[in-house]
Amino acid sequence: MNKLKSMSPATRTNFLTYAAVILTFAILQPLSAAGKISPTLQGQLVPVCAYVVMALSLNLTVGVLGELSLGHAGFMSVGAFSGAVCASALQNVIPASGLRLGVSMVVGALLAGIVGTIISVPVLRLNGDYLAIVTLAFGQIIKSIVENLYVGVDAKGLHFSFLQPTMRLGEGGRMILNGPMGIPNISKISTFLAGFILIMVTLAVIFNLVNSRSGRAIMALRDNRIAAESVGINVIKYKMMAFVISAALAGAAGALFSLGQNTIVASKFDFNMSILILVYVVLGGQGKMWGSILAASFLTILPETAAMRDLKDYRMLAYAIVLILVMLATNSPALKGFFARFFRRKEDKTEKGGAQ
Amino acid sequence: MAMPKREPTKLVPVPSTNIIPERDVDKSPILECRHLGIDFGGLTAVNDFNMAIGRTEIAGLIGPNGAGKTTVFNLLTKVYQPTRGTILLDGVDTHSMSTVQVNKAGIARTFQNIRLFSNLSVEDNVKLGLHNHISYGLWQGLFRLPGYWQGEKVAHERAMELLSIFDMENLASTKAGSLPYGAQRRLEIVRALATNPSLLLLDEPAAGMNPSETAELMENIVKIRDTFQIAVLLIEHDMSLVMSICEGICVLNFGQIIAKGTPDEIQADPVVIEAYLGKQKEG
Repeated sequence: MNKLKSMSPATRTNFLTYAAVILTFAILQPLSAAGKISPTLQGQLVPVCAYVVMALSLNLTVGVLGELSLGHAGFMSVGAFSGAVCASALQNVIPASGLRLGVSMVVGALLAGIVGTIISVPVLRLNGDYLAIVTLAFGQIIKSIVENLYVGVDAKGLHFSFLQPTMRLGEGGRMILNGPMGIPNISKISTFLAGFILIMVTLAVIFNLVNSRSGRAIMALRDNRIAAESVGINVIKYKMMAFVISAALAGAAGALFSLGQNTIVASKFDFNMSILILVYVVLGGQGKMWGSILAASFLTILPETAAMRDLKDYRMLAYAIVLILVMLATNSPALKGFFARFFRRKEDKTEKGGAQ
Repeated sequence: MAMPKREPTKLVPVPSTNIIPERDVDKSPILECRHLGIDFGGLTAVNDFNMAIGRTEIAGLIGPNGAGKTTVFNLLTKVYQPTRGTILLDGVDTHSMSTVQVNKAGIARTFQNIRLFSNLSVEDNVKLGLHNHISYGLWQGLFRLPGYWQGEKVAHERAMELLSIFDMENLASTKAGSLPYGAQRRLEIVRALATNPSLLLLDEPAAGMNPSETAELMENIVKIRDTFQIAVLLIEHDMSLVMSICEGICVLNFGQIIAKGTPDEIQADPVVIEAYLGKQKEG
């Protein structure tokens, strides 16, 4: 405990975040294995992990780099479809489902990272609102492309077709991705354990990045771009770095998500999804990783609970109201003052602790 | 107010009719501007700006508000691209360089309206100044390889050493944005120094400081010059500061240089007095 106190506040928060995630997993995993939790929650474990990683990765763009991205679901989509296609194509090559899932997530992350790199070239020459609008457009473009993409597999390997559903496949060949119909009959290989590992990897990537030379440069761009240039920091390079890492993590989350579903369709990863993830980030607090984890978990599970089931049609309405209330609360001087007083007292205490 | 005593300096011309201190004359000037100028649309903000700065000179750039002083800094650091003229940094033309490249080549600056990384700690601000002198890359940082620990250790030690110039080591973990005004200005100077410049540009370093803080700042500017053996060019409205530590002064009015010389020459120059106080009525 003394060691905990001697850490810097940022290191302590990171450490506690890791600890909380591990603890939650340690409690939920045996319960889930013993079948002691409700089937609805059981079914939500993997999607929650995927949404948490989505929120964390978007927080890297929004909270750490300080640029608003409205097309984050696009990267999830790339990861989801490439991951599912990869898992399906490798079904006979890699029989072990755990390894196949791992490979699929890496493939999803790589492809999303590549798409992120391509998109970042025009996007990162823009700032603020313009950047946000262009990312929104890219999210739509990715959705349209996936909706018109047909992928089949046979003994010779993968076959791609764009706009044309007809495809000549060899003996034993089958279609994997059917354009707007998406991918049906996915073998569900995602596990809660894999989700937990992905969350831990994401946290490690983000925390290690933020506390390194590159991460400092990214935060410097957020705080003051002109000053960052004046001390010799390459703006485009570090913006791109944050953007691509964020896209790759979203891709891995997409693969995890799709391999936990029976069917996925491109229209699932639309603008609403991007906004939903942005809501997690804003609710949890920009730059606060534990906030993103909490917000993503609660807002994914809450609508699925029995009490909220009946109100499911009003989910987006409820989100909107919650968002407005949070914005009002966090921007109200009275409430801000109240919390500031609370936190100052806490800081005084820790300072005393450090001096002893 | 205790003023540091300025050594008497003799300014001598270099080949291009610019003047630098005599002790620096056996080496080429660190900075030389030739016929530098910039137009914003139809407005000529700076025109025919000729200046040379010796390797260890503390030079001043003064002039009434709106004379174009900060524009000169922005030209030197390539925030603006000059419309006309040449900037030679250590004999190298900076024509094709960007802001980042100019910094790597040896010009560091502070800003008139303080620009710190206000959400980051004081130490991180200095480490950002050291950015291009820490050698480990993204992967070493992500996986916490030995290079990361080594690089961070060196950066931490160097940052503390630099902060000790202004006795700010105890503020290392404070958020930069919550520092008092004077300390923010000092931190900006430390951050600029961390980039290992050969020419330091200070834009109104004493603005908003009280007389005792200003006196301390002057001592520190001289100390920085002596320790790091670099040249300093400063814009300042506090005439007591300029006249006591600057060796060569350049007076700018409406984008044109109206006088150059030692502090004593400038103080006696009727053109300068006219620019600052207005024309004396005849008769």
